[in-house]
Amino acid sequence: MARAKDKDTAGAPARTDERENGFVPPARLSVRKAYKMLVGGQFVRSESGRYIQVADPMSLGGTKENVPWASRKDVRDAVVVARGAWEGWSGRTAYNRGQILYRLAEMLEARQGELARSLERGGLEASRAATETAVAIDRVVSYAGWADKYQSLFSSLNPVAGPHFNFTVPESMGVVGVVAPARPALLGLLGAVLPIITAGNTAIVLASEEDPRTALVLGEALATSDLPGGVINVLTGRAAELLPHLAKHMEVAALDLHGVTPELARKAEEAAIVNVKRVRTRSIDEAAWFDADGATSPRWIERFVEMKTIWHPSGA
Amino acid sequence: MAAEGGNGKGAAGPSGPRTYPDFSAPTVDKVMVEERAAALGKRSIKKEAKVAGLLLSIAMMDLTTLEGKDSPGKVTQLCQKAMRPHASPEVPPCAAICVYPKLVPVAKHALAGSSVKVASVATAFPSGLSALDVKLDDVRRAVAWGADEIDMVIDRGALLAGEKTRIFDEIAATKEACGSAHLKVILETGELGTYDLVREASQIAMLAGADFIKTSTGKVTPAATPAVTLVMLEAIRDFFYATGKRIGMKPAGGIRTAKQALHYLVLVKETLGDAWLTPDLFRLGASTLLNDVLMQLETQRTGAYQSGDYFSKD
Repeated sequence: MARAKDKDTAGAPARTDERENGFVPPARLSVRKAYKMLVGGQFVRSESGRYIQVADPMSLGGTKENVPWASRKDVRDAVVVARGAWEGWSGRTAYNRGQILYRLAEMLEARQGELARSLERGGLEASRAATETAVAIDRVVSYAGWADKYQSLFSSLNPVAGPHFNFTVPESMGVVGVVAPARPALLGLLGAVLPIITAGNTAIVLASEEDPRTALVLGEALATSDLPGGVINVLTGRAAELLPHLAKHMEVAALDLHGVTPELARKAEEAAIVNVKRVRTRSIDEAAWFDADGATSPRWIERFVEMKTIWHPSGA
Repeated sequence: MAAEGGNGKGAAGPSGPRTYPDFSAPTVDKVMVEERAAALGKRSIKKEAKVAGLLLSIAMMDLTTLEGKDSPGKVTQLCQKAMRPHASPEVPPCAAICVYPKLVPVAKHALAGSSVKVASVATAFPSGLSALDVKLDDVRRAVAWGADEIDMVIDRGALLAGEKTRIFDEIAATKEACGSAHLKVILETGELGTYDLVREASQIAMLAGADFIKTSTGKVTPAATPAVTLVMLEAIRDFFYATGKRIGMKPAGGIRTAKQALHYLVLVKETLGDAWLTPDLFRLGASTLLNDVLMQLETQRTGAYQSGDYFSKD
């Protein structure tokens, strides 16, 4: 019956507004979001219960929003899951890792508007925010392409004076700790992490302190992509507080530091001595992150691989 | 209420009827026991207290390997680790090594002159589904080969079928077969289904002459849980009040982290008091736990979180 009635009115102009149907939309309470960090594929608050307040210029009355303020123990928990994820991630075929990265680009594309809006709320103009988001997604596509190609570039067949084949191939290192640059908050984080995970490592990222919220929005896209839990772990907090713990951790194989003060970098390098961590610092200006040619060079992947040389009797 | 001491006088032969002590035990409030066991895991134990607790847990550890692929080489290596778990001198040796009977002579040889005991599982471990004389032979042989402690399993099928006296007789017979060796009775709580039956099985084992009661074989999940351990600790406490005898407790299976180990120590301390906080009356059956405890101790000493890559695997 109701169907027939619908059919009758379908042709008529849809002027019937809600009130005519007897429906008055109620006044709504605002539904505010609790931003959470991504650790091991799970959304978590800081175990410490601490929060950092971030401005929310788009809200009425200029209220602030809370983002988690990670503690030493959050770092510890993240390292445990990152290490647990490493075997599975590095054990996948390079081709499969490339497919998963491409899937991540698909997920980001669907959330393009939300990511751009978050960058705006973090202080960017609308046009810049849109550009950064687009470039960031393209960056993921670039590294998806690199996933099964960099090996051939870094490998070599070495001439040796003896009856041996001698060849060198890249392998992943393990858990890599990353301090993302303050700006660009989204492109910088992805640009730093992508070469690391493309090589089969797993990563713990300390997000930009200028716009930590965008990293957490990104975390929601990471969690819904096919990326296994624990491959990228996103923490928000203070790098000066957390980096020394990451640098001392015996399970962390390497550090990638962006825009870190020389004093803090030095402190990290000293703490990294305990297990001979590889520490790389990378200070490029904001514009350089947008330069597709420079920022997608396979040399960025090469920074976090271990080269393995194999001697094999050739019988000749 | 326990009417008598319950020291089994050996296997009941086919000759004549015998009387049994009262096996009845109070029922267990499932919700509250789980609540209390969980609450006792929320203590914040830090710094010196944590280090002391971790060192104690090592001294109480039955370092276990019960795999079909166990070899003399692996057992020898594990014995070395039990005698000296870590380079630092303050780390004590473990309480015992727990192995299959065939590997008892290997462990005995490797541990000669040390304080580490050799415990052997026996009685058709892990199922316990063999004829009684086969099981007793298993026990006698393990003792003859040098086992200081016997970890027996009860026949869960019989218990679930209500054959309580049969369980009592088997434990009593095993106790006799042990001679001077200590007897730990594995209830395999993961197969018993209810806390009430766990409590009753504890009562039967203690009355039949167990020196220790133990939660699990490690071959069944769930293995040891804080709640089931609390039920058994309360049975031990009430048995002590009734008879004046101190029975030991050994949770085993699924205890992998230092945090869990400390949780069990809190359960013991709060239920039975300091008298039970000794390797003579409390043991932790575990294989991977030791490395986690050692890593935590190193973290406390150095201030840096540790990696399993720097600790021996077995």
